[in-house]
Amino acid sequence: MSNKRRAFLKKTTVAGLAMAWGMPVVFSKHLPSGMSLLADIKQDPTLPNGKHKDLSLLNDRPWNIETPPHLLDDPITPKDRIFLRNNGLVPEEIDIDAWTLTIEGESASQTKNYTLDQLKSRFQQYTYQLTLECGGNGRSEFNPPAKGNQWTTGAVYSAEWTGVRLRDVLNEVGVKNDAVYIGYYGKDTHLSGDVNKTVISRGVPMSKAFEDETLIAFQLNGEDIPLMHGYPLRLIAGGWPASASGKWLHKIVVRSKVHDGPKMTGDAYRVPCEPVPPGSKVAEEDMCIIESMPVKSLITYPKTGAMVKKGQTFEVRGHAWAGDLEVKEMEVSIDFGATWQKCALEPPKNRLAWQHWKAGISLTDSGYYEIWARAMDENGIMQPMVVPGWNPKGYLNNACHRIAVKVS
Amino acid sequence: MENKPLDILESLKKITRLLIGIMSIMVMMVFVSIFAIYFDTPDQSTAAEVDPQSNVAQVATSQESVLDITGLADDPNIQIIAANCTACHSAKLVTQNRATREGWKSMIQWMQKTQNLWDLGKNEDIILDYLAKNYAPESKGRRAPLENIEWYELAQ
Repeated sequence: MSNKRRAFLKKTTVAGLAMAWGMPVVFSKHLPSGMSLLADIKQDPTLPNGKHKDLSLLNDRPWNIETPPHLLDDPITPKDRIFLRNNGLVPEEIDIDAWTLTIEGESASQTKNYTLDQLKSRFQQYTYQLTLECGGNGRSEFNPPAKGNQWTTGAVYSAEWTGVRLRDVLNEVGVKNDAVYIGYYGKDTHLSGDVNKTVISRGVPMSKAFEDETLIAFQLNGEDIPLMHGYPLRLIAGGWPASASGKWLHKIVVRSKVHDGPKMTGDAYRVPCEPVPPGSKVAEEDMCIIESMPVKSLITYPKTGAMVKKGQTFEVRGHAWAGDLEVKEMEVSIDFGATWQKCALEPPKNRLAWQHWKAGISLTDSGYYEIWARAMDENGIMQPMVVPGWNPKGYLNNACHRIAVKVS
Repeated sequence: MENKPLDILESLKKITRLLIGIMSIMVMMVFVSIFAIYFDTPDQSTAAEVDPQSNVAQVATSQESVLDITGLADDPNIQIIAANCTACHSAKLVTQNRATREGWKSMIQWMQKTQNLWDLGKNEDIILDYLAKNYAPESKGRRAPLENIEWYELAQ
């Protein structure tokens, strides 16, 4: 371990030195992928290729990048505006001809391998628009603070995924009666450089695995999945923490118990089973796995900071989603939540896609305003106006989104 | 006028000398790089014996450059911090977080238990003091005011 680290530091230095001298980086190929040269970090740490320049960088090793709300205005999120949450390093060499998906595990009737071509040709293909949100989206607002990447509002998107149903593949392989959970394995590399260490291996219960919309996907918005987002194969379980949708997918295990891969256990992607006072210590056995994400919405137009004239009518719009559920009602407030105005709300393109909403606003008095937006799911559960129940890892902040507006 | 061909010859000579000079430097740098990467093999010391300060000396020679590179808050022990806290992940994971000394300690323990972080030995107290001092929690209340607003005129 220490030797690996030392070797890395040394290589970086040489590369950085050469760069600083205005020379080509002779040994840049030895740099681990996803790693920036020191000379690059020193200036403005650049975003990975293909990302919109106004995304905000939270972390560059591993990549964690979020999207400002006004860049999420499209009904279907374009790939350059999709947030990035990697736990390890992006795999370097991908040979799609040699790529296989293995289905195995104690509750699989057999071990079976599929090539990409076999997956595409043997099973019917489906396309769904699916909303994926990081479990820790909104973490930055928790008080006391929670450890991890300090996401604000931008770790969410809704894109179209094309692939085959996980259910169809599992049915062909055969699943035993005692099956409880599936778990995924991907080809990313652990940050420590230890190639034998699994970065993340999460999963979903059989009921979610067997839903129509749970896909083994090979396309995003009609193109190959971008490398950063899991090329060439990704498990997609819309409406659940995006960490359940494993990237660079090469193995699915069918388990007779709740899957226990890295980041399934301990306090990862878990919240206290019952509410706790802020700052509490919670024992591991009192933490429960997050399943469906809560009801939430975003104002994607206008961008915060809009200055308007008295009486000027303008449109406010955005998206709303509710994990496994549908959003039933959408409201905005111009007076810090004292009164609420109903918005026009569209049905989702398909189950688990976010829904578009809009409202016309006219502010008659001058001054500073905030526009707040809140959605209500089909069970009548609404977004809170303050930060919801504190939890040790800062998950599930679905407090209403706010933008600032000035009237003169 | 008769001197012109000579002038050109002189200039060509100068350019040639310059090019030879630049190429020599490039060749030297390539050799230095090869030496540093392939021949200066790391010693076989165990994690406990590693002196993080010697590692940092290879990353950056001055206090200023460590600060520039990592964005970490200034401190006499900055090299120990950078060596131990930025080998696997970027310093941004440190600088975007806030916690008490106890909270930082639990993060270190989690990294040791699950992420291959080594035993920090006598440096653990130095690191914890630094983190608790520079990255302590601030009370944010239940909902903070909207911040960093860039005002612009919304088109009619």
